[in-house]
Amino acid sequence: MQRIGVFVCHCGSNIAATVDVKKVVEMAQMEPGVVHAEDYQYMCSEAGQAKIAAAIHEKGLTGVVVCSCSPRMHETTFRKAAERAGLNPYMVEIANIREHCSWIHKDMEEGTKKAVILMRAAVAKVNLNAPLQAGESRVTKRALVIGGGIAGIQTALDIADAGYEVDIVEKTPSIGGRMSQLDKTFPTLDCSACILTPKMVEAAAHDKIKIYTYSEVDKVSGFVGDFTVDIRKKARSVDMDKCTGCGVCQEKCPSKKAPSEFNRGLNTRSAIYTPFAQAIPNVPVIDREACIKFKTGKCGLCSKVCQAGAIDYEQKDEIVTEKYGAIVVATGFDTINLEKYDEYAYSQSKDVITSLELERVMNAAGPTHGHLERLSDGKAPKEIVFIQCVGSRCSDDRGKPYCSKICCMYTAKHAMLIRDKYPDVNVTVFYIDVRTPGKNFDEFYRRAVEQYGVNYIKGQVGKVIPQPDGKLLVQGSDLLDNRQILKEADMVVLATAIEPNPDVRKIATMLTASIDTNNFLTEAHAKLRPVESPTAGIFLSGVCQGPKDIPETVAQAGAAAVKAIGLLAKDKLMTNPCTAQADILLCNGCSTCENVCPYGAITYEDKEVNDHGIRETRRIAVVNNALCQGCGACTVACPSGAMDLQGFSNRQIIAEVDAICR
Amino acid sequence: MSLENKEFKPKIVAFCCNWCSYAGADLAGSSRLSYPADVKIIRVPCSCRVNPMFILRAFEKGADGVIMCGCHPGDCHYSTGNYYARRRMTLLFSMLDYIGVENGRTRVEWVSAAEGVKFSETMNSFVEKIYSLGENVRLGDLRCKN
Repeated sequence: MQRIGVFVCHCGSNIAATVDVKKVVEMAQMEPGVVHAEDYQYMCSEAGQAKIAAAIHEKGLTGVVVCSCSPRMHETTFRKAAERAGLNPYMVEIANIREHCSWIHKDMEEGTKKAVILMRAAVAKVNLNAPLQAGESRVTKRALVIGGGIAGIQTALDIADAGYEVDIVEKTPSIGGRMSQLDKTFPTLDCSACILTPKMVEAAAHDKIKIYTYSEVDKVSGFVGDFTVDIRKKARSVDMDKCTGCGVCQEKCPSKKAPSEFNRGLNTRSAIYTPFAQAIPNVPVIDREACIKFKTGKCGLCSKVCQAGAIDYEQKDEIVTEKYGAIVVATGFDTINLEKYDEYAYSQSKDVITSLELERVMNAAGPTHGHLERLSDGKAPKEIVFIQCVGSRCSDDRGKPYCSKICCMYTAKHAMLIRDKYPDVNVTVFYIDVRTPGKNFDEFYRRAVEQYGVNYIKGQVGKVIPQPDGKLLVQGSDLLDNRQILKEADMVVLATAIEPNPDVRKIATMLTASIDTNNFLTEAHAKLRPVESPTAGIFLSGVCQGPKDIPETVAQAGAAAVKAIGLLAKDKLMTNPCTAQADILLCNGCSTCENVCPYGAITYEDKEVNDHGIRETRRIAVVNNALCQGCGACTVACPSGAMDLQGFSNRQIIAEVDAICR
Repeated sequence: MSLENKEFKPKIVAFCCNWCSYAGADLAGSSRLSYPADVKIIRVPCSCRVNPMFILRAFEKGADGVIMCGCHPGDCHYSTGNYYARRRMTLLFSMLDYIGVENGRTRVEWVSAAEGVKFSETMNSFVEKIYSLGENVRLGDLRCKN
């Protein structure tokens, strides 16, 4: 029989307001095995933990039940406290009477009744707990960063500077990401390339960083500290070692009709291309769908002009398998598809563009060489209208429910830059709210209004109607003046909502990292663990976790790096001892468990068994504790009931069921 | 006191996987989204840990409804656990229905860690269903009833 102590937490008034904690203590004393029960204001505090330790010593407790918040919150805290007091940490169970009880019920009597039942279930479980010993697993001292934008680059640099090897896997032919497409950055208006490209060069030159561009993660297996990842290096059709980056192939390529991804499809590029002039690596790729050689077999001009002999039409995708201790996801974002927002005439007029497209128009290396002009006729616009929150803060399913966070600031930036360079152009911004929380942000916005005379109108735009003369008629409302507005514009810019990179879902599935309804990766704790995924060993950097501007992304990238370094700095990790084990007297070696195990943790050995005096050699399932992750699939599949999960055994769960249904 | 005049308070057991649904239930809690106190949650590492035996045991001990929640298909923390769970439960529930434990008393739902609202809505609708079905008498061991 166990000697169990029950500790009921008030959690200030969080629990005590709807659960009569004294009653729970009183009822606990009547449970079998319970030799001690008490309540305290904050069980998780130092004083609360000291009470547990004292009771373990004084009453010789062999098991502890803490009735408090979710085990996801403080199970580790209480297990560590018990361990310090000399009790096996796995003899501690939590009854979740806060998230699952006091916070959702209003009636005191009802809440107390439920809390008592949850306490009983936990006591029933602890009665059957057995001390468990955590094993150890090794840590591969190498990190993988998925995505080579500013988030990925910063994370990789920080990890590499700490002395660990890092690999970056980037899907496109160059690192740089979204930031490389931007012209200027708020609130300082420094040029994006000027602050990004040195970082790109630093990453490429770092002896601890290896960059796989034009590559994707194909497969991930393993677990924290010991991931095995297949990286698919897509066929570049150019030998990276031979290419000198002279660029002659791109000049001579006769196929120049492919839309430029880098310029958001506003102009075209050659079939053999580097996305932009400062690309890293400066090695082009052949777009096989646009290349004449690949389409018809005739051409081969690039191969003829390449003096280095780097063109290789026969190149195939290559799979590289690497081991990593930690994985950082930095997959970034894209703008949403505007199909469902046809009232803004994005598909009907070339002069209705997204803000990211405007970045390319304003950029000297962009399709208009930095001249602000209408994409339909090349004329200089005189009247520009910006529409905010296109697809953001949307209450129906056309758009996104969240605020994209960066649009207010980049629109102020665009408006200011246009008014600065072209003082004769009128700029009007239709907004719902202007949100400028950030260092020097509101000052920046006020400068746009006060110093640059940007006309901000609070109200939404209902429709943009292209006119026969090429102008755009904007129908909007002014909520402050309570009037309808009809405005003729030469250009309309849509502050389009951002969404996580569409590939993130596939990647999250491979990593078994959880994702929310908007496809943002979920953090382990919204406030206290914002850069870690609930899946151990997976870290989040940048917009893949939620909308962010550049300073926030860089800060989070550094935070993710520190968390990854903290993991890589360890030589060994404690493994979860809640693993499966086969009862050798019941196992008949049928292989059913092996077939359902997702980790290949089960093998079979011939073992000598003594079955009630009969000695014989039997084929028995053996679980590798380092590989077993404790899901329990085998325990249910086992036809003879030989397989059981430590910490969540059949008897323990049934005891909980019995306690609840009592 | 006879059974008839006792106010019906159903006993409902919810098995929630640690990674998605249990966290979803936590989120429902921290968002203060209420659902009836009749639901009591048992934490399991994965929905594939739920042995049909546990569900039979619950009904035998007087449960009026059993609901199992796991990660959405494709999102299982252990890659494939919820697929096994789905197959097992499909089979078990059809057998239970055959022996008289109506399909409404058993349910499988996928609730992610971010779906506190869905967790609360699911529990509300399940409890409502159990109230409409009334007490489960089919599999209950009468000795377990008061």
